Amino acid sequence: MIVTFLDIVIAGLLLGGLYALISMGLSLQYGVARVLNISHGEFIMLGGLTTWMLYTVFDINPLLCLAICGPIAFILGYGIHRTIFKRLLATSPSPGIFESNSMLASFGLLFIIQNLAQLSWGPEIRGYSYLRVPVDLGGALFGANRLITLGFALLIGIAFYIFLTKTRMGKAIRAAAQDPSTAGLLGVNINRVLALCFGLGAAMAACAGMLVSMTYPVHTIMGMEYTVIAIIVVVLGGLGSIPGSFIGGFILGLIGSIVTFFEPGLALAAYYIIFILLLLLKPTGLMGK
Amino acid sequence: MPILEGVGVTKYFGGLAAVSNVDFQVDQGEIVGLIGPNGAGKTTLFGLISSAHVLKSGAIKFKGENITGLKPHQICRKGLVRTFQSVKVFPNMSVINNVELGVHFGTSERVTQAQAAEEAAKLLEFVGLSEMALLPTRDLTLANQKLIEVARALATKPEVLLLDEIMAGLNSTETAQTMELVTKIRAQGITIFMIEHVMKAIMSICDRIMVLHHGEKIAEGTPKEIANSKTVIEVYLGE
Amino acid sequence: MNKLTLKSKNFLELLLRVIVLLVVIIGMAYVLPNYASVYELLLLSAIFMYIVLTSSWVMFSGPTGYISLAPAAFFGVGIYVAASQGMNMPLLVVVLVGGLASAGLALLVGALTLRLKGIYFAIFTFGLVEMIKHLLLWYEIKFTGTRGRFVVLVDHTTVYQIMLAILVLTLLTAYLIRRSRFGMALQSIGEQEEAAQHIGINVTLLKVSVFAISAFFMGAAGTIMATRWTYVDPYIAFDLNRSFTPVLMAIFGGMGQPWGPVLGAAIFAYLEELFITEFPYYYMLIFGIILTISVLYLPNGLAGLIQKWRTRATGGKDAHS
Repeated sequence: MIVTFLDIVIAGLLLGGLYALISMGLSLQYGVARVLNISHGEFIMLGGLTTWMLYTVFDINPLLCLAICGPIAFILGYGIHRTIFKRLLATSPSPGIFESNSMLASFGLLFIIQNLAQLSWGPEIRGYSYLRVPVDLGGALFGANRLITLGFALLIGIAFYIFLTKTRMGKAIRAAAQDPSTAGLLGVNINRVLALCFGLGAAMAACAGMLVSMTYPVHTIMGMEYTVIAIIVVVLGGLGSIPGSFIGGFILGLIGSIVTFFEPGLALAAYYIIFILLLLLKPTGLMGK
Repeated sequence: MPILEGVGVTKYFGGLAAVSNVDFQVDQGEIVGLIGPNGAGKTTLFGLISSAHVLKSGAIKFKGENITGLKPHQICRKGLVRTFQSVKVFPNMSVINNVELGVHFGTSERVTQAQAAEEAAKLLEFVGLSEMALLPTRDLTLANQKLIEVARALATKPEVLLLDEIMAGLNSTETAQTMELVTKIRAQGITIFMIEHVMKAIMSICDRIMVLHHGEKIAEGTPKEIANSKTVIEVYLGE
Repeated sequence: MNKLTLKSKNFLELLLRVIVLLVVIIGMAYVLPNYASVYELLLLSAIFMYIVLTSSWVMFSGPTGYISLAPAAFFGVGIYVAASQGMNMPLLVVVLVGGLASAGLALLVGALTLRLKGIYFAIFTFGLVEMIKHLLLWYEIKFTGTRGRFVVLVDHTTVYQIMLAILVLTLLTAYLIRRSRFGMALQSIGEQEEAAQHIGINVTLLKVSVFAISAFFMGAAGTIMATRWTYVDPYIAFDLNRSFTPVLMAIFGGMGQPWGPVLGAAIFAYLEELFITEFPYYYMLIFGIILTISVLYLPNGLAGLIQKWRTRATGGKDAHS
């Protein structure tokens, strides 16, 4: 019995680590840049498929791909913000309209990215095997790849927390999230900060994609499901709170693990019911403002 | 029986008491003024009466009936309507459409589109904006937009009208015209409760004045009494 | 005397227009099938379906500004009504039930979420499709033992005629709502919801009602289209693309004019039928590019562009409705 309980908890943490990672990126994009990026999942997909390609075709170590995919995704995200969302900021008459317009624009991005990927890689499901070495934890066996995922999630989360609280740029980001106009007056280059956040969010998504590919199969239409989960976690943690998404990811992962134990296949439905309850009872989430 | 009264009205925002244990009474046919420094809780009080906010404690009665907890549209249907400090017209709709909406939905009477247009036209004439009927409301000056809000409110056939700073930002001619309008409205039998910062206006047209400060009622009386009240003068000059 | 003649002149004009419209509709319903090929009828059915989805979507989301991503959910409910009840009841009843079931779902979803801010509503409807898909799959496998279902087959002419009927009803309803005081009220909700509440409009009731009405037509369309597919499963029936497509068609077509969404839907539906089998990915890619460009540079869509050309051509000033 105890072993089973531990099983569930650890599986939940592993899943939660992944969820935390994919959600922190979206939280950055929504919390600061106020863009509900529906194409977030596509960046995850890009990270995953690029890693698969680099590993199976060029024999590059997947962990090294983090260093490749991350920066590329960052540049991509930064560029997208500078071209698309900056213009929308200028032309939208109110913040509410900017939010809906940018959401719609991110649909467009979703179609573009997904179909470019389909044209490049085709719709087949891909997978590879790396570090699938079982590790014994308290009597249960877990793949080393999944433990590395958890490790990286924690690492990136903590590194990010330090970045936000200790560095100048991090503080600028937090200021921009709270009050863009005042932050501008205090010398913060708002446009650069927003684009930076969007780029960072994209980079985190790509890294998450790389970690996903180590454990799960990847294919070009995998993005949507992750986007839905990311959105649920961001709402759970509190729209605009990055630490909230971090914690929310783990909570959702644990819930997913518990539900899967009793009724596999109902995990997503369970997430959604929690989502509904949250929106009805406490839309600001656990740590939202 | 007062037409509008509040007993122990309290509202907290976070830990701060925006309105604290306020009692008030307005009798039918009166023009009552509500003044106080910025942040005193005046607009919040109006929000509590119109049910835009939920009371923490206390009760609000309209014509003897407890209206605490009713929805804003229900309160409007009962005959109590408000205007907004930050003018809330429908900017992309025409001036006359704004008023027509008040006619269609402000009472439980069903009218045809032609009837509504007719009534709306009459109301526009009443506030002096007939020539602007077909313009999109966003093209009007702020002063005129406030008049549209008043016309729209009157379209709902209210018994009590809550006016929130309708004279803010007006020059002296416009202020005088608005004062006249308020008197005209009362002459039609409508009770008026108005928030204002323009002292000259408040002192000359109000029958009674209430003063709020930090969410509490600190004084109440005729304009003369308020003008001479030490408490009120301190509050305004000491800030 | 003059007023009377004017009124009767307007009345005659109106009567003439209605008669012409009726003739066109009846002609399309009963005469056209005799001359058109199977492919052409199916193409028209698909175009009608997209116009129904887009017009229904605009009916609610247009004036209020609440972006709903639920069309795929309502359409999917319609599909599953056809799949589960198609053999048991006469066709028209099934279509009606499909519409009612979707409207029922919309009432539930609307009552729960339309009091929330617009962005929460959009997120909620986005997740709704995915959730129903997974829930249904779990249910089907666990309780029904199958993954998918077979749908009763209906001949293409009947599908075409029923789709046409749904289209006419949808456009008629959209027209009636728009011209009524409720249409004005919906727009006021989109512009300044708090003020609308304070002048006596029961905004929640209105939003939920119109949301449900729009869902009815989406569901009915789903029910009748399902009969052409013979086999459906939760992944086929609940496809998020069917939520994005009406939004794109409406934005591209332009929501400032009532015929904008119809135009957008017709153009894209036709293009989709042309390209979807040969070049599906190129088609969707261009779709995405056009959507992004429309959101960025064409806020009033194609209809807005056409209106601009028109007013410039006639040299007129800004026209008010």
